[in-house]
Amino acid sequence: MSTILEINNLKKTYNSGDRHLTVLEGINFTLQAGDTCSIVGPSGSGKTTLLGLCAGLDRASSGSVILNGVRLDNLSEDARAQVRNQYVGFIFQNFQLIPTLTALENVMVPLELRGERNVQREAMDLLARVGLAERHDHYPTQLSGGEQQRVSLARAFSNRPTILFADEPTGNLDEETGEKVEKLLFDLNREAGTTLVLVTHDLELAEKTQRIIRIKGGHVVSDTGAPERVQQPEGSNF
Amino acid sequence: MSNNKPNPDKPRLNIPWLLKMAWRDTRRSRGRLLLFLSSIVLGIAALVAINSFRDSLQLAIDEKARSLIGADLVMGMNKEPDSLSLAIIDSVSTLGERSDENRMMSMVYFVKSNDTRLVQVRALEGGFPYFGAIETNPVEASLSFREGKRALVDYNLMLQYEAQIGDSIRVGAVTFAIEGALHRIPGQTAMTAAVAPVVYIPRQYLPETGLIQRGSRVSFYYYYDLNESVQPDTLANKLDPRFEEYGMFYDTVETRKASMGRSYDELARFLALVGFVALLLGCVGVASAVHVYMRDKLATIGILRCLGMSGKQAFLVYLFQVMGMGLIGGIAGAALGSVVQLILPELFKTFLPVSVDAYFSVTAATQGVLLGVIVSVLFALLPLLSIRQVSPLITLRATVEHLTNQKDPLRWAVYGLLLGFIVVFSRWQLGTWWQALYFTGGVIAAFLVLALLAKGLSWTVKRFFPAHWGYVWRQGLANLYRPNNQTLLLMVSIGLGTALIGTLFMVQRTLLSEVSLSGTENQPNLVLFDIQNSQREQVADLTKAEGLPILYFDPIVTVRLEQINNLTLADVRKDTTLEIRPRNFTREYRVTYRDHLSDSEKTEAGEWSEGQYKGADRVPVSLEEGYAERIKVKVGDSLVYNVQGATIPARVAHLRRVDWNRVQTNFQVLFPEGVLEEAPQFHVLMTRSDNEQQAAQFQRRMVETFPNVSAIGLDLILRTLEEVVSQISFVIQFMALFSIFTGLLVLVGSVNVSKFQRVQESVLLRTLGSNKKQILGITLMEYLMLGILAAAVGCVIAFGAAWALAVFSFEMEFVPVLWPLLIIFVLVTLLTVVVGLLNSRGVLNRPPLEVLRREA
Ligand SMILES: Nc1ncnc2c1ncn2[C@@H]1O[C@H](COP(=O)(O)OP(=O)(O)OP(=O)(O)O)[C@@H](O)[C@H]1O
Ligand SMILES: [Mg+2]
Repeated sequence: MSTILEINNLKKTYNSGDRHLTVLEGINFTLQAGDTCSIVGPSGSGKTTLLGLCAGLDRASSGSVILNGVRLDNLSEDARAQVRNQYVGFIFQNFQLIPTLTALENVMVPLELRGERNVQREAMDLLARVGLAERHDHYPTQLSGGEQQRVSLARAFSNRPTILFADEPTGNLDEETGEKVEKLLFDLNREAGTTLVLVTHDLELAEKTQRIIRIKGGHVVSDTGAPERVQQPEGSNF
Repeated sequence: MSNNKPNPDKPRLNIPWLLKMAWRDTRRSRGRLLLFLSSIVLGIAALVAINSFRDSLQLAIDEKARSLIGADLVMGMNKEPDSLSLAIIDSVSTLGERSDENRMMSMVYFVKSNDTRLVQVRALEGGFPYFGAIETNPVEASLSFREGKRALVDYNLMLQYEAQIGDSIRVGAVTFAIEGALHRIPGQTAMTAAVAPVVYIPRQYLPETGLIQRGSRVSFYYYYDLNESVQPDTLANKLDPRFEEYGMFYDTVETRKASMGRSYDELARFLALVGFVALLLGCVGVASAVHVYMRDKLATIGILRCLGMSGKQAFLVYLFQVMGMGLIGGIAGAALGSVVQLILPELFKTFLPVSVDAYFSVTAATQGVLLGVIVSVLFALLPLLSIRQVSPLITLRATVEHLTNQKDPLRWAVYGLLLGFIVVFSRWQLGTWWQALYFTGGVIAAFLVLALLAKGLSWTVKRFFPAHWGYVWRQGLANLYRPNNQTLLLMVSIGLGTALIGTLFMVQRTLLSEVSLSGTENQPNLVLFDIQNSQREQVADLTKAEGLPILYFDPIVTVRLEQINNLTLADVRKDTTLEIRPRNFTREYRVTYRDHLSDSEKTEAGEWSEGQYKGADRVPVSLEEGYAERIKVKVGDSLVYNVQGATIPARVAHLRRVDWNRVQTNFQVLFPEGVLEEAPQFHVLMTRSDNEQQAAQFQRRMVETFPNVSAIGLDLILRTLEEVVSQISFVIQFMALFSIFTGLLVLVGSVNVSKFQRVQESVLLRTLGSNKKQILGITLMEYLMLGILAAAVGCVIAFGAAWALAVFSFEMEFVPVLWPLLIIFVLVTLLTVVVGLLNSRGVLNRPPLEVLRREA
């Protein structure tokens, strides 16, 4: 097993004027390939901020994020974008499909970005896998929320990521649809053997991951289900 | 597990895919993009039309060059040739054939209709024109009139005086039969024909007419058809120094082509500038539209960044879109311009010496297309640059302000590029760097004023917010400064458009008012000139006998300037830093002499008490102040004048301010009495008739008694001038239309664009329970404020620009006509409000939910 994500002493501060707001502090954890993990906590506790940092969407104030062996905080925005394209998949609360592209095209984007050709087959297969093959040429506005989220699932897996980040993937969906999407997410994840980081309010959903990290006021207050390897990881030695 | 690290040094751009993305991404906004680009189409069309026309004209001039002067070489002079000049004239005759012509302004008398009219009489002898033709009806008349006492008469004159072929016309003391109607003379434009209609007579009868008297203003022209072996330009160049010495002028096909090309180029340049302003206006539209468009695209860009697109790639996707937009706009503009240029020859007909066939100019069209791409990219660059800084974080958090990184050093590079482009392009259209800099400076000043004002407005409203005002007022006002407001963009685009259109109208009004200050009470309306010394008394008597007052009666002497403080023509030609134009030496001045100042003259410096020259060493003269400024002299400086061969050393004794707007004889140079009395001269008499009949009868009597005396009614002059100005202003208006429509498009575009911001808020308000009237009120308030302010500032700028143009460019009195500005102000304000309201109508009439879903 190899380390996919390693977070060391992470701190995030927002400065507005002369006010400093520390949103996250002293965060440490490590995820191995294939791990599933959820981050839970009250609103405003810093979950989204943490996710953004892990995925390399934002820069930490101090500490480090090592994703698949690449230390993100040293990289330029463009280099991080390339890391994301190669290793990372995303699912958002509000789906974030590109409104001008059809369902199929949305799924194709991460592959096309890599410069791959003839990716239509692969994308169609994924769409079929989430049950939307019929709707491939529909635009996001023509799809329901649940359907949009399923397209977004197909897109997230299209570049065969090593790690998947999901921020409240069912937050905008009703219970029934939410459950369907959840099931799909876990199924796909299991099939692909992807590492999963999930941010949610929904404790029931959180229970479905192996590990639950609770944060409050920017600190980790508990980390349950973590295997006993909660020690200083090997990554800190270089 | 593959652990190959990404290689940040070698990002693949994958251009074909980016192009595909760019195309796909326009899907839901093609209509909007079309609206954006439409604002550049008209500007490009105007430029392409003018430039194609310029090409067509050049081609026509090249093709028909020889028929423009009708001969290989034309020589001429404004006085009777002396033995030296005659020697040249005769020696050139040995190289080919020669045809002689005299031209003078004179009265003709239409016998049948019993009317008199001032015309240009051309007395012709020989085979002119050797190329092209004097176009007449019937065709053979252009040749046959030379065989007897027959005349060719300007076609429009014949219509006006209801003269038929065969009717009699009297020129001086001789009666001619009208042989044909004159339609076109080589090189003459309809405009010059209207100002000075021509009557041709055979030259052998000229002495008999008695028109040539001492002091008459007669020009002598010699046309040559040179042998094949003679190169006209080589010959002319060789003779050039002597021509200058003897006061002769000449034209060859080449010189005429060049001068003609120059003058039409100037006209075309000016018009192209009007087109360029329209284009710039459109560019402001493009810039603001792209700015808002990019704001709408933030989310998409964020997602793409999140999925791993590099900043450069994202930038390219939208750059390609803008380029495509510019390309389509350029093609549409070039197509429209190529169509418009088809009607330009008709529009310019009266100014053109040749008939022009409009043809499709590949160069102009290509330039148009390129221009479309270049301006769209340049003006979209600022908003496009910020794409590179869009953070993928906005996929998680939509609240951060992502588009305002002012520190990007590239922004300054773009500002530099924009500035450079405007300077270079206006240099290209205007011809000189100075003019280009002035123009650019003006445009930028207008921009800055408007931008500062917009900022100031937002600040003021925020700072002094009237918290106790009603809900609707407060909401409307708050829209001016809240985040995502359109204040700056709307202020700049509406204000600039208003300024431009206002300037055009004001300038035109000023030009026209110059003409129409005519015939006011007690001003002279009838001018007699070419009165000989010997006829002075009798003419005065006849005038009084007809019951007409003698308002002014001045002698006129033609002089040339030879030296200014010891500087000669050669000196000012050599040393341009003197800033005295050679023309001050080469032109002729018509001066007068009297011992007093007229009531339109005021002393500015020195004295004019002497009035009478008593034989001191230098003759004291009085100069008009503007003229003194142009030749850089002040009181006490010395000048040397040449009065038809005799040199007169003079001293600047007095500077006058002259009210040129008075209808009377005004002079730049005034001599004292006792100097010019014996010089060749004629007199001008100004009088006032109360009605047309009286004027016509007086003119007839005058022509009968003194055939050489010419008379012209000011109403005729004014009518002619008005015709000329209205022709010119028609052309300018036509070009201004492009700006006006562009302004409208930009207005619709920018208001429409701001709609995308307002709609969300309005829907929210509506959802929260605001009623229709309140939302309407809020929108009305906002656009009314913006409209009033932008239009008002635009009008103020227009006023300043028109003033500057009138004073510095046209060098004439600025006439502040305010009503066009008022109309423009009201119209622009109304239009802003109407367009704003029309756009929000969509919000009011549909259920909130539907709108939310549509605009999301
Ligand atoms: N750009 C910013 N500037 C200042 N403060 C910020 C910024 N972004 C987030 N915050 C603050 O950081 C804290 C954590 O925000 P975050 O969005 O991570 O919380 P969250 O746990 O995801 O909450 P929720 O469950 O409501 O989504 C909040 O108090 C928020 O106000
Ligand atoms: Mg959150």
